[in-house]
Amino acid sequence: MNGFLALFYKELLRFWKVVVQTVVAPVVTALLYLLIFSHVLEAHVEVYPGVSYTSFLVPGLVMMSMLQNAFSNSSSSLIQSKMQGNIVFVLLPPLSYLEFFLAYLGAAILRGLIVGLGVWVVTLWYAPFQLPHPVWLLAYALLACAIMAAVGIVAGIWAEKYDQLAAFQNFLILPLTFLSGVFYSIHSLPPFWQAVSRVNPVFYLIDGFRYAFVGQSDTDPGLGLLVAGACFVAISALTLMLLKSGYKLRH
Amino acid sequence: MSQATPAIHVDDLRKRFRTTQALDGVSLDIQPGEFFGLLGPNGAGKTTLISILAGLTRADSGQAAIMGHDVVRDYRQARRALGVVPQELVYDPFFNVRETLRIQSGYFGLKHNDGWIDEIMHHLDLAQHADKNTQSLSGGMKRRLLVAQALVHKPPVIVLDEPTAGVDVDLRRSLWEFISRLNREGHTILLTTHYLEEAEALCGRIAMLKSGRVVACDTTRNLLQLTNEHCAQLRLDRDDVPVVWQDRLLRDAEGSWRINFSEYLELETLLADLRGAGVRVTEMHLQEPDLEDVFTDIMKRT
Repeated sequence: MNGFLALFYKELLRFWKVVVQTVVAPVVTALLYLLIFSHVLEAHVEVYPGVSYTSFLVPGLVMMSMLQNAFSNSSSSLIQSKMQGNIVFVLLPPLSYLEFFLAYLGAAILRGLIVGLGVWVVTLWYAPFQLPHPVWLLAYALLACAIMAAVGIVAGIWAEKYDQLAAFQNFLILPLTFLSGVFYSIHSLPPFWQAVSRVNPVFYLIDGFRYAFVGQSDTDPGLGLLVAGACFVAISALTLMLLKSGYKLRH
Repeated sequence: MSQATPAIHVDDLRKRFRTTQALDGVSLDIQPGEFFGLLGPNGAGKTTLISILAGLTRADSGQAAIMGHDVVRDYRQARRALGVVPQELVYDPFFNVRETLRIQSGYFGLKHNDGWIDEIMHHLDLAQHADKNTQSLSGGMKRRLLVAQALVHKPPVIVLDEPTAGVDVDLRRSLWEFISRLNREGHTILLTTHYLEEAEALCGRIAMLKSGRVVACDTTRNLLQLTNEHCAQLRLDRDDVPVVWQDRLLRDAEGSWRINFSEYLELETLLADLRGAGVRVTEMHLQEPDLEDVFTDIMKRT
């Protein structure tokens, strides 16, 4: 086991020890969203022709859960370690900044995927199984979790108090995920808000991911993947730069 | 001193935090196998120096190396050679004692380390707590776990940053026995502490820091000789001390007389004069100079 594997294992063990909070709870939350929204809107809304509202909603909920949990895993692990002071256990050993990055990233991706899978499985009772484009699903799921895992690392390193991390989560991550077409198609929005949605990268993640499930989308899923890939490269470069410089970790 | 690579080499280290110059040109060489003490008042730069050695803080200028490995350029080798017991009582509440030690071993790339983990747990009396969550450990046990974590990779150089602050007498004693044994087995020890009697008893050499500078660095024995102020405390059966001694003898609140002297000859003369004057000494205590006197003296002078 080299240093990277040890840190990756520690990060997995960390969220697995509180699995009710880190996996079960978000699955239940997503299920509640599904029950409420599909109950209210199923009879009234048909976003795409031939696609029930529940079938439209499920991919959005799966993606939203993945995004939030991937972010939550790396950011809360880092802020907790910093507040507790046990971040030194990771800073004292001969771990490179790349190993540090990959371990936190990998564990957060895995948590995102596990939660996403959990949400999908429980929603199978409400929406029929369909998956016309499994490769798109995999690509979008991985990229989305990776982007948010990296954003979580940046937030966890930047935040000096739980309060600041909560602000990051509530005023940036939550609006970005909610206002990205989880519950609606952006074509239903007025032109201004449609344009705003198109600069929200999370919109492309949800739209493309939905394409994998229902075979229809608001934009070209290929373009979405390009946007997602570019976002991942950019946020990773930023994260690696911060880690290399020791920003807020090595004073 | 030998020509071998120093265990710890520090050359003209400088570090500034906003308005304070934490380190202002510190140079030190600590040889393999030494038990070295780093003393100084709060804010003198001890922890900053240790943090730079450990790679937790980056120096503005100057160099530091562990066993010849630069702490920035060769950080992997440098950190492999260094075990640090941090000052703060930190722990990761997600894990138990054994998990903590296994994970820490993993960070150093050690796969099958259970034999050594069992051994350090045994020596630090942690074995019966192996499966306890770290959160449920007492303060003393948490401190032991920190020592154990610093040793998982058998580092040749061990740094202890105030390891006995707030620790009870028993633990302090057993901790020192264990650390002294590691030192006898060849580990280099760098210790910071506020308990000067500990430093005096354990350290072969001591450096004193003040405002980010080394103000003294010598063997403990030489440092102790810097102050030759002995002190004698006498009780006399009568108060009429000879006139020539009246300026030197100080009466304290309890009626004893104190005299500071640097040569025992002075004490001999005093006793002879007292006898000549018919004054009898009923009680006498001698106080040898200790590190605290030297420390106070140096901090005042510099």
